[in-house]
Amino acid sequence: MLNTISFEAIKTAVQQWLNMHWGPHLAFIAECILIGLLVIVFFAVLGLLLVFMERKVSAVMQIRLGPNRVGPKGWLQTSADTLKLMLKEGLTPDGADKFLFNLAPFLIMIAAMLIMVPIAFARNFQIWDINIGVLYISSIASISVIAILMAGWSSNNKYALLGAMRSGAQIISYELSAGVAVITMVMLTQSLSIQDIILSQQNGWWIFKGHIPAIIAFIIFMIAATAETNRAPFDLAEAESELTAGFHTEYSGMKFALFFLAEYINVFIVCAVAAILFFGGWMPFHIGNWEGFNHIMDYIPSSIWFLGKTFCLIFLIMWFRWTFPRLRIDQLLNLEWKYLLPISLANLLLMTIIVVLKWYL
Amino acid sequence: MNVIQVLFWILSAMALVSALMVLLSKNPVHSVLWLVAVFFAISGHYILLNAQFIAIVNLIVYAGAIMVLFLFVIMLMNLNKDTEPQKNIWMKLAGAISAGCLLMILVSLIKQAPELQAKTAMMNEGGIGLIANLGKALFNTYVVPFEISSILFLSAMVGAVVIGKKD
Repeated sequence: MLNTISFEAIKTAVQQWLNMHWGPHLAFIAECILIGLLVIVFFAVLGLLLVFMERKVSAVMQIRLGPNRVGPKGWLQTSADTLKLMLKEGLTPDGADKFLFNLAPFLIMIAAMLIMVPIAFARNFQIWDINIGVLYISSIASISVIAILMAGWSSNNKYALLGAMRSGAQIISYELSAGVAVITMVMLTQSLSIQDIILSQQNGWWIFKGHIPAIIAFIIFMIAATAETNRAPFDLAEAESELTAGFHTEYSGMKFALFFLAEYINVFIVCAVAAILFFGGWMPFHIGNWEGFNHIMDYIPSSIWFLGKTFCLIFLIMWFRWTFPRLRIDQLLNLEWKYLLPISLANLLLMTIIVVLKWYL
Repeated sequence: MNVIQVLFWILSAMALVSALMVLLSKNPVHSVLWLVAVFFAISGHYILLNAQFIAIVNLIVYAGAIMVLFLFVIMLMNLNKDTEPQKNIWMKLAGAISAGCLLMILVSLIKQAPELQAKTAMMNEGGIGLIANLGKALFNTYVVPFEISSILFLSAMVGAVVIGKKD
């Protein structure tokens, strides 16, 4: 039997054990608590890992060594940083709107956590396969704008407000082309549920099966995703040289760390969505009729496939950051409204024609 | 009382309290944020009615887009206590009385409506709010009004571009 120790098997075993010993109601509550704990632990580990990865990637790009003192090869550097941030005092400025100022970092984390719900980490390992999964993700992503605006406004600082305004304008405009790119792929999958989208790629990922429109949609999605996560070359919201630090200028200690963590979680989420839509999520890589090759690919666990694809895309986004210079605000909005949006709409039309005429494999 | 009823009462209480806070809070930014909370509660109601698509669209359009635009405008207007206009007490009284009359008419209409009496909402069943059924209904039965409203949106977009042009 393939994959005897898989996430699916562990999940089923835990579910059976809980239902056997505790009855359905208590088991349900216990599962909710377990999922909550798992998500929090996953977030913490992911945050540490991605910050470390960013520093190492930037070091490689700039021919440096990067963090190499704390722990073996610098692996404990981010843990030490987190410890420092935890010990720092979380200041609240005098003129700030105290309640909103303290609520904003938690709201942005809650939004990031809610997006985890429909994402499939491995074969049959998903919190809830909601039947509008893709739309759900984009709706919750638009909620994080409110948290950013809240943080910027309640700080009572002009740089924070300017950063929040830029960030809001940017996220709202790039959401459009990201949404259209997603809809282009939904045309092919005929379903919004993440499970159906992955299963429709059993005989090949959409990036190969969907012809040129799928590749254009992928490129547009990655550009829009970079902009939506406020990362360079679209990091105008926190342009250090112009706005000190943008919407989180006034934050310190753990509250700052939550914003920082949310940025990396969002990077992970957009890359996971791209991996699901274009690269088949946890589906292994198969080539037509090569039975032997396909069997070897099947031996690799589905969670490794999913995380591998996601981390490759994360590397791509980090590569963008350390390669391209920052855009000006007018260039940024021109790029979206004059180029990306018309191209993605035309692309959607092209994809519709392909789907109606059944030209895809 | 089952789980759905408990959820219904919690969501209703959330919606009503948030709606009251929209009116009662002094700061316009707080009002907008409470309105976002109202939309969340109403989306929760939609999910209880098994209309996931409508719930999510409600969040995307109202909480995600329109309220963000409201926040943009209000945050940039720099409203505070000094700039708030002092309204006449009689104007406030007249407003309260007229709004109260409207509320009474609505309540009496609902109480008299025969279609609504002795009926309960279908919880967790009924598929009209799901995306496939809704799409079929929109593009078969209601295709003409749907297309007309899309032309309305297009003209609004063109209008926004024309207003936004410099000269």
